[in-house]
Amino acid sequence: MSAIRTRLHVPRQPARPGEKSDFSYVQISPAGAVARPDPNAALAQTHYLADEMVRVLGDDHRAVGPWDPHLAPSDLALALRHMLMTRLFDDRMHRAQRQGRITFYIKSTGEEAVSVAAGMALRPTDMTFPGYRNQGLQIVRGQKLVDLACQLLSNSRDMCKGRQLPVMYHSKEARLFSISGNLATQFPQAVGWAMAAAIKNEDNIAATWLGDGSTAEADFHYALLFAQIYRAPVILNVVNNQWAISTFQSFAGGELKSFAARGPGYGIPGIRVDGNDFLAVYAVTQWAAERARMGAGPTLIEHVTYRAAPHSTSDDPSRYRPKDDHESWPLGDPIERLKSHLIALGEWSEEREATLQKQCEEQVNAAWREAITHGTLTDGPRLDAGTMFEDVFKDMTPHLARQRQQLEAELAQQKKDAEKKDK
Amino acid sequence: MTQMNMIQALNSAMDVMMARDASVVTMGEDVGYFGGVFRVTEGLQRKYGAHRVLDSPISEGGIVATAIGMSVNGLRPVAEIQFADYIYPAYDQIVSELARIRYRTGGEFNAPVTIRTPCGGGIRGGQTHSQSPEAVFAHVCGLKVVMPSNPYDAKGLLISSIEDDDPVIFFEPKRLYNGPFDGDPHKPAIGWSSHPKGDVPDGHYRVAIGSAEIVRPGKQVTVITYGTMVHVCIAAAESLGIDAEVIDIRTIVPLDEETITNSVKKTGRCVVAHEATRFAGFGAEILSIVQEECFWHLEAPIARVAGWDTPYPHAFEWEYFPGQTRVAAALKATMEAA
Repeated sequence: MSAIRTRLHVPRQPARPGEKSDFSYVQISPAGAVARPDPNAALAQTHYLADEMVRVLGDDHRAVGPWDPHLAPSDLALALRHMLMTRLFDDRMHRAQRQGRITFYIKSTGEEAVSVAAGMALRPTDMTFPGYRNQGLQIVRGQKLVDLACQLLSNSRDMCKGRQLPVMYHSKEARLFSISGNLATQFPQAVGWAMAAAIKNEDNIAATWLGDGSTAEADFHYALLFAQIYRAPVILNVVNNQWAISTFQSFAGGELKSFAARGPGYGIPGIRVDGNDFLAVYAVTQWAAERARMGAGPTLIEHVTYRAAPHSTSDDPSRYRPKDDHESWPLGDPIERLKSHLIALGEWSEEREATLQKQCEEQVNAAWREAITHGTLTDGPRLDAGTMFEDVFKDMTPHLARQRQQLEAELAQQKKDAEKKDK
Repeated sequence: MTQMNMIQALNSAMDVMMARDASVVTMGEDVGYFGGVFRVTEGLQRKYGAHRVLDSPISEGGIVATAIGMSVNGLRPVAEIQFADYIYPAYDQIVSELARIRYRTGGEFNAPVTIRTPCGGGIRGGQTHSQSPEAVFAHVCGLKVVMPSNPYDAKGLLISSIEDDDPVIFFEPKRLYNGPFDGDPHKPAIGWSSHPKGDVPDGHYRVAIGSAEIVRPGKQVTVITYGTMVHVCIAAAESLGIDAEVIDIRTIVPLDEETITNSVKKTGRCVVAHEATRFAGFGAEILSIVQEECFWHLEAPIARVAGWDTPYPHAFEWEYFPGQTRVAAALKATMEAA
């Protein structure tokens, strides 16, 4: 391949398969080094937050600096449990996909702190508009593992009635909006939800998440634009895990400027945070929530993290990045870091960790065993296929009712034909 | 009853609903302080405040997306897209989100958003202010699609749309805003005051979504149409002296198939007319239903009248528009066959 030199710049990722990982491009501030402005601060007083990196956990595993949320050890242990549960659930469901039991799965390995910390920092009455890699939120908000597994199986107890790809969960009760397979659409919807909360003069705020790749969609622009214009009480989270599928974050425009820096361009504070530091993510979410609740408007948060897993079960990352890339990621692993912090506080031990891990594994396995009794795509109980005609509209239209009858006749005919063949 | 043009009738529907239901809000480009470029939201911001009658940035995708979010949070937003021609930036939010939120959540969430948008030509709008994209939305499962042809229906249908728990795309044929239009641009414009459907009740009433209306009973041929073409078709049939039964379908989705098929079974002849482009237009769907349901009653091939399959040209607006000459040719061919 000959190198063609033109003025056209095509971003290049730091390391391709077979090359040595290079994370020298990641600008990292020392833990505790970034000042914490008042949540009501004027925009100009927050500009530095878009370029620095808010970090609380130091290399010695101690919490330092003005962003330390001073959480009780019991909260930290709960956070560890949620993150571990998320990871183990991911691992088990990924395996289930490899075994052919479910069609598709998306892991959040390495990014658990992003969802779990935010989920814990918000109030249960706040509304969330998650992306497809925020399963930690589902866990923090009390979705039952068996319900999640039933959704993955598209079985007779699937909350989506067999209509959505795996991982596209929702819960009205837990205030988790439906996950869309189309990217970034939830971002401006969350802003609309928050605008309605403000119109109704309610105290609740909204939070939403998307990936670095999805910031390229127009919906990202709509969200920032409307959020700023109406000062919507919303937290806009960009999970910069460095990778879309095979394209590096520079293909979403992250090469020369942080994603957080998009915020000030719209008149919104942007905060760049160490996404693998549970305490830092918790603290910036708390800051943004306070700002939103007092009517000071939205915040854009960029969570700098690394997608340790494939994009989904449908791609092989070793085809586009070094196989062991994740091992050199300079911000480490969020679960290991929180665990080390708890141990440094004298509140945790490897034994307790092992016990917790075993408990979580048992819960995940029990949920899976229960879920498959409600059917899988190939075996066991199924919803009536005629249910596909429901919920297109609130009341079924006559033409859909006719199509349902037609399907029933078609299925009856198939059954008759099969019986004939058997004789 | 008050004499109203279509703009006043739509304004009255908004006023009635905003007074009755605090969850009704409206948003769009220029709808607030200014009252909308076609004046449909005039006076509403003064009456209901800037929080319920929101001026929006020029961002159709953002308008629809935020309306969805508002509806999920218990409001009933009426989003105005200033011209139907501008609706495409919002297409993903409408098709992939709005239309399917109820479905994809097994009925747990719903998004009762009404999108009002002026459509159609005949106002010298050129190719970016004249389109009739109803077929593009009729093809999407989960959307109701409405297009009134007169002030009375406009108000009753808009009230029904706002009250509906499903999303509605509400098309307003802008050539009809100020008066019925028979397709002849050279005649002096007439207002709604001389038309019976210009008499509009002041208060709350509904015109049901999904019900067509026989606007001119007749025996010889059924003309199925909607929007501006309702008036063109009546005029064409009357000038030919043909006793046509003209049906204004009023709602494109869900379609009142019964009224259509009953009429064609009676007359045995059928002409389908709309202003939108012909190829894969909504007329093709009507034609197909008539063929399937009324084949053994038909005495002539079903005819179709539509805009040409070109963009709407500024200089040749009236050569493009399916006026009385085109309708009359189809009526004559249908009457003369067999």
